[in-house]
Amino acid sequence: MSEREQILGRIREALRVAAPKPGLLSGPGQRVPPHEKRPTDFRPWLPVVGDSFEERAALFAKNSAELKTDFQLVANRDELQTKLLALAHAEGWKKIATHAGELTNYAFAALGLPVVQTGGRYKLDELESSDAGITECDALVAQTGSVVVTTRSAGGRALSVLPPHHVVLARRDQLLRDLPAAFTALKQRYGSSYPSMMCLITGPSRTGDIERILVLGAHGPKKLTIFCM
Amino acid sequence: MSTVAQVFKETARRMTHDLRHRSWIQNALGKYYVGRDEKKARFQNWQEARQAAAEIKWDAVNHLDKYLEQFVSKIEARGTKVFWASTGQQACDYIVGVAKKHRVRSIVKSKAMTGEEIHLAQALEKSGVEVVETDLGEYIVQLREEAPYHIVFPAMHLTRHEISDLFNKKLGSAPTDSPEELTMIARRTLRKKYCAADMGISGANFAIAETGMISLTTNEGNGRLSTSLPRIHVALIGIEKVLPTLDDLALFLPMLATAGAAQAVSCYNTFIAGPRQEREPDGPDEFHVVLLDNGRTRLLADAEQRDTLHCIRCGGCLNVCPIYKNIGGHSYATTYMGPIGSVLTPHMRGLTEWKHLSFASSLCGACTEACPVKIDLHHHLLQNRRNAIRCKSPWWEKLIFQGFVTLMNHPLLYRLGVKLGWFGQKFHGLVKGTKLDPVYAWTQSRELPPLARNSFKDYWRRKQS
Amino acid sequence: MKISLFIPCFIDACYPQVGISMVKVLERLGHQVEYPEDFTCCGQPAFNSGYWDEARAVAEKVLAMYRSAEIIVGVSGSCGAMMMTFYKELFHGTPLEAEAKAHAAKVWEFSDFLVTKLGVTDVGAKFPAKVTFHDGCHGLREVGLKKQPRALLAKVQGLELIEMDAAESCCGFGGTFSVKFPMISTAMGEVKCDSALKTKADYIVSCDSSCLMHIQGLADRQKKPLRTMHLAEVLAKQ
Ligand code: SF4
Repeated sequence: MSEREQILGRIREALRVAAPKPGLLSGPGQRVPPHEKRPTDFRPWLPVVGDSFEERAALFAKNSAELKTDFQLVANRDELQTKLLALAHAEGWKKIATHAGELTNYAFAALGLPVVQTGGRYKLDELESSDAGITECDALVAQTGSVVVTTRSAGGRALSVLPPHHVVLARRDQLLRDLPAAFTALKQRYGSSYPSMMCLITGPSRTGDIERILVLGAHGPKKLTIFCM
Repeated sequence: MSTVAQVFKETARRMTHDLRHRSWIQNALGKYYVGRDEKKARFQNWQEARQAAAEIKWDAVNHLDKYLEQFVSKIEARGTKVFWASTGQQACDYIVGVAKKHRVRSIVKSKAMTGEEIHLAQALEKSGVEVVETDLGEYIVQLREEAPYHIVFPAMHLTRHEISDLFNKKLGSAPTDSPEELTMIARRTLRKKYCAADMGISGANFAIAETGMISLTTNEGNGRLSTSLPRIHVALIGIEKVLPTLDDLALFLPMLATAGAAQAVSCYNTFIAGPRQEREPDGPDEFHVVLLDNGRTRLLADAEQRDTLHCIRCGGCLNVCPIYKNIGGHSYATTYMGPIGSVLTPHMRGLTEWKHLSFASSLCGACTEACPVKIDLHHHLLQNRRNAIRCKSPWWEKLIFQGFVTLMNHPLLYRLGVKLGWFGQKFHGLVKGTKLDPVYAWTQSRELPPLARNSFKDYWRRKQS
Repeated sequence: MKISLFIPCFIDACYPQVGISMVKVLERLGHQVEYPEDFTCCGQPAFNSGYWDEARAVAEKVLAMYRSAEIIVGVSGSCGAMMMTFYKELFHGTPLEAEAKAHAAKVWEFSDFLVTKLGVTDVGAKFPAKVTFHDGCHGLREVGLKKQPRALLAKVQGLELIEMDAAESCCGFGGTFSVKFPMISTAMGEVKCDSALKTKADYIVSCDSSCLMHIQGLADRQKKPLRTMHLAEVLAKQ
């Protein structure tokens, strides 16, 4: 018998005795009536998010400030260009990395800097030595201040995590309410042919492993900038 | 007493006298409490969320066969190689085999408690492969050649100075007392490792049955890099990690981060659904998922404690445990420390030898209250005690408790006992606090309250007459 | 309402004034109390040490003793928790399971009984002192005592309550744990004493004499200026 069959066999054998339902022993302060069926809608318990775009944007901005993400709403492409150029100048970018996309194409044309494209195979050290990785995304999540990226929307796995500065270009209609909405959007967009990697990025890379003191840029980007058009 | 129990007692004694350690850990966790409570308050209803999480895990664990098969067929369909391992040895052998076959010389490893559990790094190193831990805390303890102090904050016990000295000695970096600079030293060193590594190893926080994905949570981005750059990725996953649907993560990701690290959600929650697919520019050519039993099915067979398999390894119960805070993570000498470790270890490594961990608890219940998936931790400690006594109890203790029953079930005898005690305590001063003292275990560090001249029963009798 | 008391063994033997205070307060409020004199112990020491058969032997007697009681009020959060929560586990799968459940439903901890059941917070007590409150773990987490004792303290004339840091963390007693792992137990007690001392309160008050026994015993040994007092004693002061 294969190891698989053996393990599954042991599981089935073990499960012949039913386990008590959870929460039966909870103390008074923690006790809530058990649900009849296991819940599938978590919205009533998760943090509140407003319905309008303004409320979502405000919450995203608040979360970003807390996470040390730089979140900026931009009105149009001209403003995006101005802001990108200012950023490139302030940080002294010499080389950027990006992938093909409607917004990213525009951005790299506007910046006029040497560029590493991660659309096809690329050289790792070229990407590693870029000053910024500019990507699009699948969604922004107001509830948590997160960006959803996938290998398909953001130029592969490494582009959004290897360069020291990750710049996200998003559209207004991508700003979703909460995590349940984000998962629904992923399912709708990809059906059953998911990209091999999807990621919920929430703020720049961080660690608290030394004396529980927050340091940004542990392994991933030290900076995360999001432009939402 | 087993030798591990003796070592535990000795280490615990040393640690509890270490006042520097005590205040260090209290301070380190002080900030966590504030942050966690603040994040918890953002939930509209934390208790409901816990109950829901517990019910989902209950569903997953109690239909484990079904969900595992679903997970495996989905993830295999996308080119992932799945290996089932009954024991840690089998898992190690398989992963070493993969490394050999692909002539792997260096491996970057993102934190995985399963790896600690089966001593995977040691097995790989023995076969001549370099294994580098990439989680900063884990990297630090690896350089120190010691075990993680905590399942989420492995280097919580160390000061910046100790880390600076360590880096100076092992990496030749200039001494510094800035955590930021120290982090950058590690960043630079590990960057090279990522770029050169042939294989990345990770664990998984969840395995999604519906879509055939693993979900990997990190803050530093090491999980992303270890699974993006090397040409092979191996994920070592306990079989209990399955969650039924992708949507369930909308509940679990925030709860994991809140309970474990006082964050709303962790920085990188990565869902991996296979090796590099066609038309994708990068990612590993091979992706192996190793499903690890290693005693989990035994735990599953114990219906009373099956909920211990709900554990999402958030570390929340460690953070609130007064025992953990006073004796520190290393005293346990186990892979999983703190309350969950004290419940699990006797199952995984043997009750006779490890039962002391279940007794080393005041049963305060802070762990149970903290657990996001509502594992009845302190009840399980009690059950472990019962099981331990059932299988073997020290004769003298058995005698004491039989005496206890006789005394308590015969009120007259009880009253006589109290009176004798009152009389006898006059001589207690002669031996108090010495090894001859029958209650030395108490009086070595505390005063004993005197028995009252007139008990409540005396009072009641007088009152009635 | 006929109230049956339960007085845990160590209160009977070491701290009778705690039981007496409870009786006084209940009588002051105009209630009749009765006390099954044969009650000795709830069986918790054996239960917590893993000796469930022995614990059951003691607990069976307790169930029988209180079979006809309407309401059972006790002066310990911990022993109360034993009867309310842990009896159900202890008798799980035995013929007495149903009775253990029925028994559990009748048991009240003293402060919870006053506030939740009787709706009384002012018992006419007067005690000019600064106190801090220690939440005994079993009372807090198994019985749900948090607001009740504080509501009672708030109505005690002249009393000032100063909350300590980490009032909810365990004092380290833990029954037989305190003698099996005295070093850990003591360290936990020291942490508790430190946070209590920081408040500069005159007394540590709690719903559990067992915690107080541990805290006081430690403070006395280490010559720390700490005094402890059970909530019932505070409420009996006039
Ligand atoms: S037992 Fe609960 S609190 Fe402890 S690590 Fe597991 S999930 Fe977290």
